[in-house]
Amino acid sequence: MNVGAAAEVAPRVGVVAAISVDRLAVRFEGNDGSITALSDVDFEVSEGGFVTMLGPSGCGKSTLLRAIADLVPVSEGGIRVFGRTPEQSRLARDFAFVFQDPTLLPWRSAIDNVRLPLEVGRRGGVELERHAEPEDLLALVGLQGREDALPHELSGGMKQRVSIARALVQKPRVLLMDEPFGALDEITRDKLNEELLRIWRETGTTIMFVTHSVPEAAFLGRKCLVLSAQPGRVRGYVDIDLAEPRQLSIRDTLEFVQITSHLRSLLEVGK
Amino acid sequence: MKAAGTGNGRALAAAAGDSSMRLEKWRRRAPAIVAAVGLLLLWQLIVDGFRVPTYIAPSPVEVLEVFAKEGEILWINFWPTAMEAAAGFALGNGIAVLLAVWFVHSQLAERAFYPIAVFVNTIPIIAIAPILVLMLGNGYEPKIVIAALICFFPTLVNMVRGLKSVSPQMLDLMRVLSANQAEVLWKIRLQSSLPFLFAALKIASTTSVIGAIVGEWIGSNYGLGSLIIEATYNFRAPLLYATVILGAGMAVVAFTATTIVERRVLKWKPGNVI
Ligand SMILES: Nc1ncnc2c1ncn2[C@@H]1O[C@H](COP(=O)(O)OP(=O)(O)OP(=O)(O)O)[C@@H](O)[C@H]1O
Ligand SMILES: [Mg+2]
Repeated sequence: MNVGAAAEVAPRVGVVAAISVDRLAVRFEGNDGSITALSDVDFEVSEGGFVTMLGPSGCGKSTLLRAIADLVPVSEGGIRVFGRTPEQSRLARDFAFVFQDPTLLPWRSAIDNVRLPLEVGRRGGVELERHAEPEDLLALVGLQGREDALPHELSGGMKQRVSIARALVQKPRVLLMDEPFGALDEITRDKLNEELLRIWRETGTTIMFVTHSVPEAAFLGRKCLVLSAQPGRVRGYVDIDLAEPRQLSIRDTLEFVQITSHLRSLLEVGK
Repeated sequence: MKAAGTGNGRALAAAAGDSSMRLEKWRRRAPAIVAAVGLLLLWQLIVDGFRVPTYIAPSPVEVLEVFAKEGEILWINFWPTAMEAAAGFALGNGIAVLLAVWFVHSQLAERAFYPIAVFVNTIPIIAIAPILVLMLGNGYEPKIVIAALICFFPTLVNMVRGLKSVSPQMLDLMRVLSANQAEVLWKIRLQSSLPFLFAALKIASTTSVIGAIVGEWIGSNYGLGSLIIEATYNFRAPLLYATVILGAGMAVVAFTATTIVERRVLKWKPGNVI
């Protein structure tokens, strides 16, 4: 009996994936009939992993992330976040979402924007004892001294940093990021990429990160999920083995170029 | 030392910017002031030059004399009107805001009552006024209701739009946080609606004065509205003009006060930083 129980418990502790997506399909009823955005999508993200997602525009990357976040209903198949349905894990605050647009509340100072997740959505008695201090998080994203600044007083990169701090305040186990740096210039983007890796290492959060940039996908991801054009299917799920800890200069190495050209070839097939 | 030095430099620069900005403000206002004074002078010259009888058009000096000699009668009638306008402003806008919140949360309520609100708005206020006097008597009540009615509709329309002006992305954010309707209302919708609300309140601040005055035209023996009627029947043109100017002054004060509150409340709107 004991042995049996142990055998049943053991996989739950070590092997339950942070995110597992099982034969997922998502369809939308639009004006021009039904659109299949995703079809037969299968993959897993292990705890503490960093998965980037690439794919042609309109292939369903945002839809996939939004389905995991319970913002879009699933048509077929299943999604589990630490073994729970998206709705359960949303209510338990397992994940946080970072949008392409920082989506800050313009009337709130930086620090009050970071506090927002601690103020709302707690009627279900969500335990937020494991929250971080907003001040510490603003320092973590390099914004100490700007706590009281209003969003319109911050640059685009700073706003996105605030939105990352806001996502981290509830110590999420999973961070879903939909092209968070897409609207930033290259220098800011490089800097935030390095910072994101540092935050990932320091917090151990599982990250899924959508991008249009092949180098960004290769530089950030430990794995890269490549989707094909509509309807989105998994074209490849590539391991990215590069020297750790990663530095920006790694992008000039031969291994890096080989990986990016492999990712590009997968994207080409997708078209 | 160095930090203090730059701090001081910044303060000085800010002060210099302040005074030059004030100068700039006056420079921008100067043409309007000069034009107004010029027109008043012209008016005085025409009335004096062509010997226009006072009961047809009084000169600015005669109007000023009314303020000096009959100030008391003006003030006595000023306060009831101001009170009615303020009460009507609060009542009309308050109901409009509450209705807008209801409409945004219940499509059924919006479908049922929005058309009625539109219909009520199409009835000219002059036509409603006697009905209300019949219903509510001769006291403050009908005037307050008329002032409230005249404020109500623009605020309702703007407030509904404002509450709905929240970006879909912000609603996504709140959904990911599992926020409920009340939290979305308090944390997001009300704040986003404020620019729309203040646009309406600025209109309402002046129309509520008009509403109170129109209410006093019908069967009233106090207030600026009744003073206007009385002065007209008695051919007391200078008193009439002084009353009208006082009414306009009340509206300007109400408008300015609303604008000042708006600037305080909407500091976060980049366009409103002064
Ligand atoms: N709410 C919706 N209603 C109807 N169709 C939708 C909806 N959201 C997405 N779609 C459709 O689903 C498909 C995938 O869209 P999605 O936004 O996921 O693409 P994407 O890969 O994120 O594109 P991009 O790289 O341009 O951001 C598109 O064809 C889009 O038109
Ligand atoms: Mg997208």
